[in-house]
Amino acid sequence: MAGLLAGAVLAVAVGTAQAAARDAAVRGDAKAGEAIYARCLACHALAYDRTGPRHCGLFGRHAGSVNGFAYSEAMKRSKIVWGGRTLDRFLANPLQAVPGTAMGYAGVTDRKERADLIAYLELANGSPECRKQQ
Amino acid sequence: MSFLILGNAPDALEARRSFLGKSGLLLSGAAVALLVGQEALAKGGKSGASDVRILNTALGAELEAIAAYQLGAESGLLQKPVLDLALTFQGHHKEHADVLSKTIAKLGGKPVSAKDKYSFPTDTLKTQADVLRFAATLEKGAVSAYLGAVPVFQNSDLAKAAASILGDEAMHWAILRNALGEVPVPSAFMA
Repeated sequence: MAGLLAGAVLAVAVGTAQAAARDAAVRGDAKAGEAIYARCLACHALAYDRTGPRHCGLFGRHAGSVNGFAYSEAMKRSKIVWGGRTLDRFLANPLQAVPGTAMGYAGVTDRKERADLIAYLELANGSPECRKQQ
Repeated sequence: MSFLILGNAPDALEARRSFLGKSGLLLSGAAVALLVGQEALAKGGKSGASDVRILNTALGAELEAIAAYQLGAESGLLQKPVLDLALTFQGHHKEHADVLSKTIAKLGGKPVSAKDKYSFPTDTLKTQADVLRFAATLEKGAVSAYLGAVPVFQNSDLAKAAASILGDEAMHWAILRNALGEVPVPSAFMA
């Protein structure tokens, strides 16, 4: 029994270590994320609304809440608050995360690329371009 | 801009038109719309609300691109033959918008309209190169947007039509990069 318990504890410890290593491995690189953000530039900009809403002020913002932007009903009802985790989930597969979203895009399927993109968005949100809007 | 002068040489243009015309490679936007619309309708219901939403998002971006090229054309910063090139690309976007709009309507959707006013970073557009770089950024984004849309269409005919537009946007991007003196095709794959 003690052996089983020790094994379980070890398994949990290994699992935790693996998760920590995985998190460390996907720490975002904002510089790389800037290049990935170029994929978003058909529809989005940092400081103003386009086909998609602006990204300045994104972190902590409720989805569907930029004044004057015509969101899908699905996005308005999503109850998402944008942050690292919610962005990671949404960007991986927007249509699955928010069925009915107007963002008809397959997603950024690579975890590292998503981390880089989110790191860039965080950095950009502290830029003078975004701070001017606050 | 020697590449543009070369590309616009009457003989070269005539030869290209002749080749494309004879080989039947030219497919007008209206023809694409007709094919897409008929196929989608024939499959009844396979193109759902999701496809219409994707098409409408693409239409919104195309309408903005038309406005962006108009801004460039009216800026006074573009000199011939670059101005002609910009107007040609704007014409392509108008064709894309027309196809998308008709297809959305055929599928029972309501096509979005052009906005009364678009926001553009006009304070950063001071030279011809600035305008070209701005246009190239939009075109590259458009390639990525269509690339992300192609696999999520429920109707494969719509995916094919979107891929056709993607190819055109990619050519715009490459030529704009070339005009800027950059490597026109910087990588073997797009993302």
